[in-house]
Amino acid sequence: MTAFQIILMGFLIICAISVSFSKNLLNSILIYMSFSLIMSILWVCLESPDLAITEAAVGAGITSVLFFVTLKKIHAIEGSESEKKEAKENE
Amino acid sequence: MSKKRSQEEYQKTFSFRFFRWFNGEKDPYLGEVEMHPQEEYQLDPQAALRYEKEHDAILDKVYDLERNKTMQLFHKLYHATSILFCLFLIALLLVTISYLPATGTIDRPVNNEVAKRYIENGLEETGAVNIVAGMILDYRAFDTLGESHVLFVATVTVLILLRLNKTQKSDAEINDRRFEPKNDTILQLVATFLVPIIIIFGIYIILNGHLGPGGGFSGGAVIGAGLVLYLNAFGFAKTERFFTEKTYKWVCFFSLSFYCLAKSYSFYTGANQLHSVIPKGTPGAILSSGLILPLNIAVGLVVACTIYAFYAMFRKGGF
Repeated sequence: MTAFQIILMGFLIICAISVSFSKNLLNSILIYMSFSLIMSILWVCLESPDLAITEAAVGAGITSVLFFVTLKKIHAIEGSESEKKEAKENE
Repeated sequence: MSKKRSQEEYQKTFSFRFFRWFNGEKDPYLGEVEMHPQEEYQLDPQAALRYEKEHDAILDKVYDLERNKTMQLFHKLYHATSILFCLFLIALLLVTISYLPATGTIDRPVNNEVAKRYIENGLEETGAVNIVAGMILDYRAFDTLGESHVLFVATVTVLILLRLNKTQKSDAEINDRRFEPKNDTILQLVATFLVPIIIIFGIYIILNGHLGPGGGFSGGAVIGAGLVLYLNAFGFAKTERFFTEKTYKWVCFFSLSFYCLAKSYSFYTGANQLHSVIPKGTPGAILSSGLILPLNIAVGLVVACTIYAFYAMFRKGGF
């Protein structure tokens, strides 16, 4: 195992712990995305590029996009104050 | 001799009353029971406020951790047991793992004749240079068929949960337009360059599934991601020109049934020691390895459509 892989695994652990401790749901999704990205790099290092492609497309791409849409649907993404004002004025 | 009764006489008998009641011509309460029109119950607003205050006060008292000793004890016990349970689970899993054979030793149960046969005879028997593709789409094609059906069932479930009827759909579309910035120039320009490249890369992964890393699932996921990007940049009006509910239905139906039929044929010939008419081709050529290439295409189509359908249903409740 090279030093590069060890650093990546350290990042993985940091990501996994910080997901559960982050209060903001949006931040958790972003950390989750970075977890998937690091994982896909690790898959390349472990000589399974097919898994890396799938992980990058499904884990980092589609799952997080679905999470974003869900958060928007349940109104969990809070915009800045000015955006809220604009939305109220439009209504 | 029966005698003829007059109408008046008949109306006094029991059978007349019974049949009148049976046919529902007479309400037994009407004209018999005294009735008053009832007022609708209205809660006194002051009383409602008082009830709410009382409710809050009770809750405050219950959750007042400084005074409520039982609640305090319960919280402490709750934390202690949760920590103990986590530690117990960690210990249990670690002990279990310590009993597993070490990685890479010869006497591991994984290291048996099946893996040996896959590696030694895989190229000859399946015609695929990529052993993984040969395994998942030839030796274990039943597995992959199940996976494709799991995806299909997942879409159907999401359809049941999130599908909206027509009036709700128009509302959802208006909401979608209002809260989503349309005609984002940066996103559209990036998408114009990226979407063709992403989709061509996905097609490359699918078609090269038997030659290099990749295959139906990864390629389909890449194509699906490209479609989602296109949808985000240009909106539903553009994607509906080539992808509607009908497209999804027919693509999934044809891919899954083609997979079933093709694999049934090869299982039938394989099990009965018959000669299969599907040529293996020369290993390394793009048109080789028998059924693996068409099966890869079928799986890729199902996966790409499923991912797009998921996104469309999450966002708008339909296609």
